[in-house]
Amino acid sequence: MNPQLTADGRLRHLLTLDGLPRAILTQILDTAESFMDVGEREVKKVPLLRGKSIFNLFFEPSTRTRTTFEIAAKRLSADVVNLNIATSSQTKGEAILDTVDNLAAMHADMFIVRHSQSGAAHFIARNVAPHISVVNAGDGRHAHPTQGLLDMFTIRRYKGAFHNLTVAVVGDVLHSRVARSQIHALTTLGVPEVRVIGPKTLLPAGVEQMGVKVFHNMEQGLAGCDVVIMLRLQNERMRGALLPSAQEYFKFFGLTPEKLALAKPDAIVMHPGPMNRGVEIDSEVADGPQSVILPQVTYGIAVRMAVMAMLAGGNS
Amino acid sequence: MTASLPDAATLIDALAAAIAPGFDPDTRIVGIHTGGVWVAERLHALLRSPHPIGQLDISFYRDDFSRIGLHPQVKPSNLPYDLENRTLMLVDDVLHTGRTIRAAMNELFDYGRPASIKLAVLVDRGGRELPIRPDFAGLVLDVPAHQNINLSRLDDGHLSLSIA
Repeated sequence: MNPQLTADGRLRHLLTLDGLPRAILTQILDTAESFMDVGEREVKKVPLLRGKSIFNLFFEPSTRTRTTFEIAAKRLSADVVNLNIATSSQTKGEAILDTVDNLAAMHADMFIVRHSQSGAAHFIARNVAPHISVVNAGDGRHAHPTQGLLDMFTIRRYKGAFHNLTVAVVGDVLHSRVARSQIHALTTLGVPEVRVIGPKTLLPAGVEQMGVKVFHNMEQGLAGCDVVIMLRLQNERMRGALLPSAQEYFKFFGLTPEKLALAKPDAIVMHPGPMNRGVEIDSEVADGPQSVILPQVTYGIAVRMAVMAMLAGGNS
Repeated sequence: MTASLPDAATLIDALAAAIAPGFDPDTRIVGIHTGGVWVAERLHALLRSPHPIGQLDISFYRDDFSRIGLHPQVKPSNLPYDLENRTLMLVDDVLHTGRTIRAAMNELFDYGRPASIKLAVLVDRGGRELPIRPDFAGLVLDVPAHQNINLSRLDDGHLSLSIA
């Protein structure tokens, strides 16, 4: 049984997009659409989560993800507490559960969890009281489901549908929880051709089993794409001897106007941020007319509102 | 089982006729999803309002959200004008407990501060749980709590009332 769903098939936690049915993904996107106009109102709030307490539990620093979760919760009228918990990678499960138990004793209703270890959000979800929901805001290399969902929301807004698209995910797929969530969502939503493009050292072994086509040559991989999703290249990968240098990487896998011209003329360019300009993406592309990178940030608020509203409603 | 009710179009005509004498053309007509929007569209035509109609989906303001959750098909509210100091005619199909109207007024105030709000409903079926009453009602009926009055729209666009 999927631990993310209730017995009657509603969303209970959001931990990964792997295994979530298309109907749930579509319901989240539809709900997010209806939240889009709340940001335009005189009072940018709706009272759905009034009286609920949401704790942002960030064991790994992140300014933007935490901020958009916070704004989303506040637009739903929830009370939000931000906890940035410094940890060593050795932090034991018991220490995390102590923290969670203490917050539950303060009548928490929802935990938004970011952790450098894969499985941290699942671990918390398995150990919380039945009325508490957990949202995974990124765990290790495993999953970042709300980022994947906001990317799907962005694609649907610009392209209208999924069934006729070719989508490329470019860069460091190996270390990317974002890429994994995107690939699960794209295949579940019926995108007929999902491509991953990157050097062999940055693509996970057996990635084809996720239902994607693999390209090691960016020019070939971009040909005919409707959507180009660039991934952030973490600098520490350079030190880990997986790559020769940032300049070398940019030459082969950086998105320049010349390479983008190989995709369809109306292709959109996405990036989960923060960008390394001049490493995985040229500024001319990042700030160019095909870039939808800033709209992604705005849509992230509506998508996170939708997830929190679906988790909080109908369970008392 | 379904008992017969008056024709919805006839009721809307009567409702429009009741509203028309004191109707300020500057009034904005706002329908509540879904049935209220259908009634609002007809009233808008019959009253020859020169302004676009507003649409309100009160799902985000319901008082039973924590019990039954979010409706899966929430439609965006659409109020294509500034509400500040406007006179509004709020329109719904069936007035029952008054909770929908309470939610609708809360939502309207998140868009601005209207000068006044009047309420027009196709059917006032009684059973109020809140101190809310309509300014105009096409039909007043006393319906037992276990029965529902439902407005539906047929494929040809005609509106039809049923009781079950």
